[in-house]
Amino acid sequence: MSASEGGSRDGSSGLSRRGFLSSLGASAVTVALPVPLPAAPPPPQVVPPGEVTRVVLKINGRAYPVLVEPRWSLVHVLREVLGLTAAKEGCGRGECGACTVLADGEPRYACLTLAVEAEGMEITTLEGLMDGEELGPTQQAFADADGFQCGYCTPGQIMAAEGLLLTNPQPTPEQVRKALSGNLCRCGAYVNIFAAVERAAELRKGAGGDV
Amino acid sequence: MKRDEPHRYWVEEHELETPEPQQTPEPWDDTRVVGTRRPRVDAYERVSGSARYPSDVILPGMIFGAILRCPHPHARVRSVDVSAAQALPGVRAVISAFTPLSGALSAHEKLIRETLFPALCRYEGEDVAAVAADTPYIARDALRAIVVDYEPLPFVSDERDALAANAPPVRPDGNRVAAPAVYERGSVEAGFAEADAVVEGEYRTECEFHAPLEPHGCVAAWDGDSLTVHESTQGVFPVQNGLAAALGIPLSKVRVIGSYMGGGFGSKLSLGKYTTQAALLAKVSARPVKLFLTREETFLAAGNRPPANMRVKIGAKRDGTLTAIEYEATGTGGAFQAGGTSGLDFIVRDLYTCPNVHSELQDIFINAGPARAMRAPGHPQCAWAVEQTMDLLAGKLGMDPIELRLKNIPTVSQSRGDIPYTTTGLAECLRRGAEAFGWTAARARAKESTGPVRRGVGVAAGMWSSGGGGPPSTAIVKVFADGSVNLNLGASDLGTGTKTVMAMIVAEELWVDPDSIQIEHADTGTTQYASASGGSKTVPTESPAVRAAALEVKSQILALAAAQLGVEAATLELREGKVVTASGAPQEVRLAELRELRRAGVVVGVGYRGPNPQGKAVNPFAAHFCEVQVDTRSGEVEILRFLAVQDSGRVMNRTTYENQVRGGVVMGIGLGTTERRILDRGRTGLLVNRGWVDYRIPTALDVPPVLEVLPVDLHDKECNHTGAKGIGEPATIPTAPAIANAVFHATGVRITGSPITPAKVVDALTAQRRGD
Repeated sequence: MSASEGGSRDGSSGLSRRGFLSSLGASAVTVALPVPLPAAPPPPQVVPPGEVTRVVLKINGRAYPVLVEPRWSLVHVLREVLGLTAAKEGCGRGECGACTVLADGEPRYACLTLAVEAEGMEITTLEGLMDGEELGPTQQAFADADGFQCGYCTPGQIMAAEGLLLTNPQPTPEQVRKALSGNLCRCGAYVNIFAAVERAAELRKGAGGDV
Repeated sequence: MKRDEPHRYWVEEHELETPEPQQTPEPWDDTRVVGTRRPRVDAYERVSGSARYPSDVILPGMIFGAILRCPHPHARVRSVDVSAAQALPGVRAVISAFTPLSGALSAHEKLIRETLFPALCRYEGEDVAAVAADTPYIARDALRAIVVDYEPLPFVSDERDALAANAPPVRPDGNRVAAPAVYERGSVEAGFAEADAVVEGEYRTECEFHAPLEPHGCVAAWDGDSLTVHESTQGVFPVQNGLAAALGIPLSKVRVIGSYMGGGFGSKLSLGKYTTQAALLAKVSARPVKLFLTREETFLAAGNRPPANMRVKIGAKRDGTLTAIEYEATGTGGAFQAGGTSGLDFIVRDLYTCPNVHSELQDIFINAGPARAMRAPGHPQCAWAVEQTMDLLAGKLGMDPIELRLKNIPTVSQSRGDIPYTTTGLAECLRRGAEAFGWTAARARAKESTGPVRRGVGVAAGMWSSGGGGPPSTAIVKVFADGSVNLNLGASDLGTGTKTVMAMIVAEELWVDPDSIQIEHADTGTTQYASASGGSKTVPTESPAVRAAALEVKSQILALAAAQLGVEAATLELREGKVVTASGAPQEVRLAELRELRRAGVVVGVGYRGPNPQGKAVNPFAAHFCEVQVDTRSGEVEILRFLAVQDSGRVMNRTTYENQVRGGVVMGIGLGTTERRILDRGRTGLLVNRGWVDYRIPTALDVPPVLEVLPVDLHDKECNHTGAKGIGEPATIPTAPAIANAVFHATGVRITGSPITPAKVVDALTAQRRGD
C-alpha cells in the first residue's frame, strides 16, 4: 500500500497513471484560480458532429489514410474503423491502460489520444510486435510466464512492457512495477506479469536487443 | 433478466442430471500430463491479439448501442421525449417505455415497459432508454438529446439507515427483503455458559465492484427470426435461456457465442438487460448492434459485492475448544432481491467444529444498483469477521492462532446433517503453511521490531461452501482420420485456464500433445449444455465429463485397432499416437493407419458428468499467511510477503493454478486495503466513486513482492474421478482477514472495517495512545 501512494514514474518513457493524474490536478487548480475572464471570449470553434477530416495515421509501419471526426479517439479508430482490435477499451478515460499503444516508442493511452492528434506519430499496436505469424519476444515472454489470465489487459501490459524495454533494456523490479502501474489487471496476474517482463528482457537480449 | 427474481447462483441442490457416464473410470493415481506446469493452449491468441473478445467483434453494417440511465437514486419517470434524438442524423433506433411500440417492438410491449425500462427507477443507473446509431459518438449524442421528466422520490442509500422508522421505503412492503434467515444448532446460551473465554466484536466490509477489464455487453445480430449474440459472459447457456424466454422465441433461434471474455468474477453469470436491449435495437434497425456498457455504467448497474455489517461472539474452553458462535449480519443487494446476504454465514456454520451456533441474516433494500454474485459471495465478508474474532480469542486464551484453529478442525459438514467431507485439508493447510512460512520464527521476529515501523504476521483460514461441481455436463471428444483430436465443451474459459486443463485431460488419456487439440467451447450453437463458469465448479464439473469422453473415444479406437490387428481390445493401449499391445509385443498401428477410422472419417466419444458421492460434502479449504510492515506515523501498511495454502484437491495445471490463486489473493488485498463503493449517504445518494481512479483496485504497486502458493493435495478419490475441487473462490476468502490480523500483530490495533486505509490505522493508533 505504501508503495502505491507516492511517486511518479521515473525515466521518460511515457505517461504513467499517476503522472497523468497529477497533470489533471494541476490543470484543475489553474481553472479554479480567480483570474478575471476577458469581457468577450472569442467564440469557440465548434466542429459539428458528422464532419470528418482526412488524416493519415502511421500504424505499425503502414500509412492509413482515414476520414475521422475530430472527436474520435485513437482507440476507436484503431478498433472500429481499422479493425486493429488488439488494443482494448477498458474505460475510455485513461484509468486502466488496456488501450496502451506506443507512440513514437512511448506507451500512450489510445483512449485519451484523439485520432487527429495521432497524425504524425509512429503508432505501434500489439499487432505490430508480430513478425508475420510469429510472436515478438515480449509477447513470447508473456506466453511463457503465463503473464495474464483473461487476457483483456494483456495487449496494454505488453505494450507498456515493450515501451519500458525499448528505453531500459534491463529494468530493476521496482522500475518494472512503476512502468506497469498504469495498466490495471483485475485478474491479479501482476506477479506473473513481472516475471514476463523479466523474461522479455532476457529474450530481447538474446535476440540482440532489437524488436 | 428479471431483476426481481431471487438471486440465482450455483446451488447444488438445483442441478439437472445428465446420464451416467458409459463407464465410471477409476480415479487417477500418477499422471503424465495432468498436474504439470504448462503454458496455456490459447497463450498465442491471448498475447498476439488474435483472440477475438466479444467487444472486438465487427460485423458488416454493425452500429452501436447506448443506454440512458436514471440520474437519481429514486425517481418516477413521468415522460420521455425522444424526438430530438430520433431526428439526429445517424440515429437508427430509439426505445423507451414512452415510445410508441410498433412493428418489431409491438410484441414486446410488456418486456419494454415493465422490465427493460421501468417507470419507477429505484437506483441511480436504472435503464430509461436505449439508442442505436452509426457510431458510438452519435449514440451518446442521442442520449444527450433525450428529454426525460423525472419526479425525484425520497431515497435511502445505506442499509444501516434503511430499517429506521422514518426511512423512505424502497419497496411498498418496506425495506426488509424478508424476515431474518435464522440458522441454529445446539444452544448458544448453554455454549457460552460453559465457555472459559468469550470474545465479541462488530465488523464491516465495504461494498466492492467486480470491475472486470472488459465491460459488460454484446454484439447482437438477426438473420430473419434467428438471433446471434456475441456476449462477454461466464455462461453462454444462461444467456441463451434468458434471451429466449424474454423474447418468446425457441432456444434453437438464439445462438450465444462466448469464446474469449475479459473477466467476470461473478458479474457475468446470466443475462443482463443490455443484451435484450441490444437484440431489440438490432431488430428495429435491422442492423447488428454492438452494445457495451461504459466503465461508469458497469459500476452503477452491473453488480457488486454487497457490504456486510457483522456482529460475532465466540466462546471457548481454556484449551481452545469452541463452545458457541453467535452471529448477526445485515447486507443489501440494492433495490432488488439480489442476494444481499448470500453465503454470509457459511463460514460460521462449517469452518470450525462447534456444537452451538446461532446465526441471523437480514437482507435489506436500499436505493442502489443490484448486487451480483462476486467471487465467493458472502465468504470473504464472513471470514473478515470470524477470522479476526478467532485471532482475538487466541490472544485472550494465550494460544497461538494456528493452535486454536487446529483445535477445532471439522471432519463433517455440521450445517449439512454432519455428513463427512470427502477431504478436509484445513489442518494440513495450517500446518504445512506454518512450516513453509516460518510462522513461529516470523511471529517472534516481528515482535522484536521497534521504532515507528513495525512488523506483524497474521494468519486466517477459510473454506468455500461449493466447489465440488456436479452434473449436468456433456463433453465430446472427436478423433479425426489422421488421429488428431477435437474437444467440444460448452463451458466458458474465464482466463482461469479451463481450456488448457481440459486439453491436458484429453492428452492424459489419448497421448496427444495438448497444444495440437482443436477446442470448440462456449457456443450454444455448436457445443453442449454447460452451466455458467462460476462457483469454482468449472474444473470439478467439466473435467470428469471430458475425461469420460476421452475414455469413450479411446475404447472405440482400441476396438477398431483390435479388429484390424486381430487381437483382443483389452490387450491394447494408446501410446504416442499409436495403438500398441499392452504386453509390449511388437504389433502396433498408428491411428492414421486405422482403416475403419479412415473410412468413417471420425470417431466420436461423448462423456457425461456423473453424480457426486452420496452423503458426502465436497469443499475446498485454505489458509493464508501474511507479513506486513506498518508505518505507525503515516498508517501505511505494506505487505512484505504472502503465502496462500489451498486444499482444492488435485492440481490440474500447476501454472494456471498458481496464477489463479495469486489473483484471488490480489483481489483479497483489494477488499482488505483499497476497495470501497461510496454512496453519498444522507445527501444526494449518488455514487461518488464511479471509475478506477476513485475506486481503487490493486495495481502493480500494491502486490507483495513475494506471493507464494502452496497446494495441499490429499488425493481425494471420492469427490469425482479427476480428484479436482474448485480453486477460484477459496483463493480469495481468507486474504483480507490475514492482513488485518497481521496489522493487529504489528500495532496492537484492530481495524474492524474494511478497507484498512492509512487514515484508519492512524486514527486507531491515536485512540490507542490516548487509551480510548
